Amino acid sequence: MEFGKLFELFIAAALINNFVFTRYLGLCIFFGVTKKMDTSIGMSITFTSVMVISAALNWVIYKFIMIPLGLGFLEIVIFIGVVAGFVQAADTIMKKVSPGLYYKLGIYLALITTNCIILAVPLLNVSEGYNFIESMFFGFGSGVGFSLAMIIMASIREKLELADVPKAFQGLPISFIITGLIALAFLGFSGLITL
Amino acid sequence: MSNSENKISYISLIKNGIFSENPIFRVALSLCPAVAVTSGVKNGFMMGIAVLFVQIMVNITVSVVRKFIHPKVRIPSYMFIIATWVTVTDLSMAAFVRDIYAQMGLYIKLIVAFAIILSRAELFASKQKITPSFFDGLGNGIGFLFALVIIGFFRELLGKGSLWGYPIVDTKPLLIMILPTGGFFAVGILMGLFNWIDMKFFGGGGASGGGH
Repeated sequence: MEFGKLFELFIAAALINNFVFTRYLGLCIFFGVTKKMDTSIGMSITFTSVMVISAALNWVIYKFIMIPLGLGFLEIVIFIGVVAGFVQAADTIMKKVSPGLYYKLGIYLALITTNCIILAVPLLNVSEGYNFIESMFFGFGSGVGFSLAMIIMASIREKLELADVPKAFQGLPISFIITGLIALAFLGFSGLITL
Repeated sequence: MSNSENKISYISLIKNGIFSENPIFRVALSLCPAVAVTSGVKNGFMMGIAVLFVQIMVNITVSVVRKFIHPKVRIPSYMFIIATWVTVTDLSMAAFVRDIYAQMGLYIKLIVAFAIILSRAELFASKQKITPSFFDGLGNGIGFLFALVIIGFFRELLGKGSLWGYPIVDTKPLLIMILPTGGFFAVGILMGLFNWIDMKFFGGGGASGGGH
């Protein structure tokens, strides 16, 4: 396993195929939590760790249970079950083991299960045919890309509170237009690495 | 008499789904596909049909089994119902509309994570009989379809100068509208427009919701 290829995979997932700006995933949560910097940072940490672990977990289940049994067509049902079960378990364990962390990040965990971005990682891993290590790096890269997007957006929106925006465009509409402008900037990353 | 009353309320259920509670422009749920698949009218339309189908079938199923599900496990049960119907849609589309499926297969699979479908199942179908649930699903599905087609209409017309794949305008198109950026611009501007119409003509408070 050469390190260079993994690094390329990481950069591609984080910058070139950024989940928010070029794959348009996780928008609900992206617009929902980026009103404040604190929530965005909490969300970034939770998302990145859940993405890496769920990528690994789903890869193992896909490879050693679903393929031998010929259950590939049930991927949606099984992946969402695995993510939901894992998130519930993490929730319970965190509550017992470190209550401090639970009060900081627990509310985000509850929101994660029904999120397209978490589910997209295992689905993309399967369709791209990544191996175990590559899957985890892909999950990690995607998580970092998503965190980057949320932190950029949160810092802009905190300033936006003071701006004089036409009434009809306040809130979500102007946030969409700002996201469009950031997406335009991220277009510059395409061609950075050719996979 | 009661029959005509029922009819009125069904029509208002559909109308709510399309206008005052439009999933994308007003409630601002399930925004990912609004940007992702609307680079053309045709893709937006197909996505809308898929969501319409899933929404109606989920509403009916949830309404049928609502008395057998223990309240504590209802959300996971709804997730599995949704996942089942999404798998049905996904495999059918992969079989019948191959060329479109090749472009947006991932997003069809991700219908399972649409908050709008779960929220209609939880807020409406879990408490209502089958017929109102069907109409609620129909209204919301049509509202979604309507929003996707409108966004697709503007993006394809400006970005490619065509509609449904047929060339319409013969000028140089604005390439930016079919890039990711254009999707965000189009949704933002249309959302603002909906707010403006609502404030100007219906006296609404403007500023749509947002969140998960």
